[in-house]
Amino acid sequence: MKPLQMLTLTVIAAAAVAGACGGNPPPPPPQPNADSIAMERARQDSMAREAARQDSIRRAMEEAERVRRQREADSLAALARVTEQVKGMLATMIHFDFDRSNIRAGDAAILDGKVGILRANPALRVRISGHCDERGSDEYNLALGNRRASSTKQYLVNQGIDASRIDIVSYGEERPMAMGATEEAWAQNRRAEFEIVAGGDMLVQP
Amino acid sequence: MRVAGGRVRSATRGTLSRRCGVALLLTVVPLGATAAQDTSAIDRGVRIGIVYRPGVRPGFVALPAAAELDSIRTILARDLDFSDRFEMITLPGSDTARAPTTALNYPLYQALGADFAMSVSRRGDTTLVTVHDVPAGAVRRSLAARVPDARHPDFRQSVHRLADQVLQATVGALGTAATRVLFVRDGRVYLVDQDGADVRRVSSGDRQAMSPAWAPGGRQFAYMEFWDGKGQLFLHDMATGQRRDIAVTGRTLDFTPAFSPDGKTLAFSRAIEEGTDIYTFNLRDDCCLQRLTVGRFSDNLSPTYSPDGQRIAFVSTRSGLAQIYLMAADGTDQDLFAPFDYGVTGSSNAPEWSPDGRTVAFHRDIAGTLQVFVLDVRTRTVRQLTSVGRNQDPTWAPDSRHLAFVSDRAGYRQLWIIDIETGRIRPLLSQGGARLPAWSPQLPEHAIFTSQPGER
Repeated sequence: MKPLQMLTLTVIAAAAVAGACGGNPPPPPPQPNADSIAMERARQDSMAREAARQDSIRRAMEEAERVRRQREADSLAALARVTEQVKGMLATMIHFDFDRSNIRAGDAAILDGKVGILRANPALRVRISGHCDERGSDEYNLALGNRRASSTKQYLVNQGIDASRIDIVSYGEERPMAMGATEEAWAQNRRAEFEIVAGGDMLVQP
Repeated sequence: MRVAGGRVRSATRGTLSRRCGVALLLTVVPLGATAAQDTSAIDRGVRIGIVYRPGVRPGFVALPAAAELDSIRTILARDLDFSDRFEMITLPGSDTARAPTTALNYPLYQALGADFAMSVSRRGDTTLVTVHDVPAGAVRRSLAARVPDARHPDFRQSVHRLADQVLQATVGALGTAATRVLFVRDGRVYLVDQDGADVRRVSSGDRQAMSPAWAPGGRQFAYMEFWDGKGQLFLHDMATGQRRDIAVTGRTLDFTPAFSPDGKTLAFSRAIEEGTDIYTFNLRDDCCLQRLTVGRFSDNLSPTYSPDGQRIAFVSTRSGLAQIYLMAADGTDQDLFAPFDYGVTGSSNAPEWSPDGRTVAFHRDIAGTLQVFVLDVRTRTVRQLTSVGRNQDPTWAPDSRHLAFVSDRAGYRQLWIIDIETGRIRPLLSQGGARLPAWSPQLPEHAIFTSQPGER
């Protein structure tokens, strides 16, 4: 813009202002009118709503988190329960006749249960220990316990379980379950025990 | 022991003698019956050989000694009694605390039925044991030894060695007084003198031990310890109390070690998944693990060498139940050793070949309990030695005449000793819980055995 034009515009503007005011009264102080009150209220309302909304979102998120945690805890507990159940099934002992190492017919079902568990939990490794009653010879019982553990393992392997997942040991008559010289105590002591060696943190049902 | 009172009077007085003779008979009969308690069981089986009847054994009188020598005299007399070679005779009215008789009275001793008499005296720091030939009325042998003070740890053993010399000087037999027995209690290996004195712990491990077995010469023994379901074999040195592991063992369940008579080879049982079999290992060169049996569907265990080292007796389940078998030391020529009736005879276990090679002791299941048997190697006949209670795990004394074994005849499992000639039985220990005994060979002269501190 050129200086002349600028000046012209300034003059026009001044005249326009003078023409509009006409007199001397000072301009009235700005009065709060109804519209601005409403606007302010609306603004505050919207802020409150926003806060409430944020709050409810936060609460909802917290609730969701709580529920999620609860569900997680519940499912963990459920998994732990299942794991414990499976462990319990796995720990069920089997028993033998005096001076025998063959699997009794009634105990085959217990071993079948263990086969299912070993199939469903491929990381699981177990150790089978063979035990004897005190009636036999002390040293011979080490061999007999070994044979009991071995025939138990063989049953599982015959059902398709990888042999490398099962260790065997024998304790002979050295770790009795029940004390006393009764047939009941002896029968309890002629047994194979199952112990988890690895992969037993989280077990699933077969 | 013979009651001598009656005989004295009968020898010295006239009319009284007959009545006292009757009284003597009456007292002897019940004593004889007690001594023959387990002999009666022998009579039921087939028996071949000479039977030593009580009363035909030579009479022996241990003469009273000076007070300071009385403990020596008492130990000697007990050792000679425990040898079961003599009828021990007590002097009439004699009291161990009494002063020694100043003069020897051979006619009196002979009247009491003594063939031998023993007197103990001291000259300087030397203990003198004089053995008298009573019928000849003369000194038969004079034995001298430096017996240390009674508080010295070698005191009892040096007296026991004297007792063995007395036995040698009288009946020419090998004595076992200066020997000891290893056994297991609460999973630890203990040692006890053959007369039950001086029980002490010798194994140093804190895991469960089993199956101690002496090395020839008695300076070492082997045993097994449970290691997390595996069996580790150890060699324990008696003098130092130190042990070393046998490196080829421990990764499997290795148990029942047994030395070859030359001490060079250790045979043992190894349980693996296919079953239990017998292996040997060359200890001298620390090499050459060798498998002697291949069981597959049976177990083979508990090896014991013949004293010539040529053969091994062992347990096998190849017939279904455990029985005693025999093989050459290299594993060839495996055959049944102790006869049994298939389907009738109970399982047989824990064989131990006698030091003279003539007999194998073992135990056999009879009607649900265990009894000690001996197998005559030449005739292959067996006879039952025990019948009272449960009796198991026999182990030979070096005289091939006495066996230590585990018995619950007194109500709890304990070690007992039987003389297989007379059937006489005596307890070795009074405290219960002992098992798996191993009787030592003749021990070296100055064997100082280190025991674990604080353990008795």
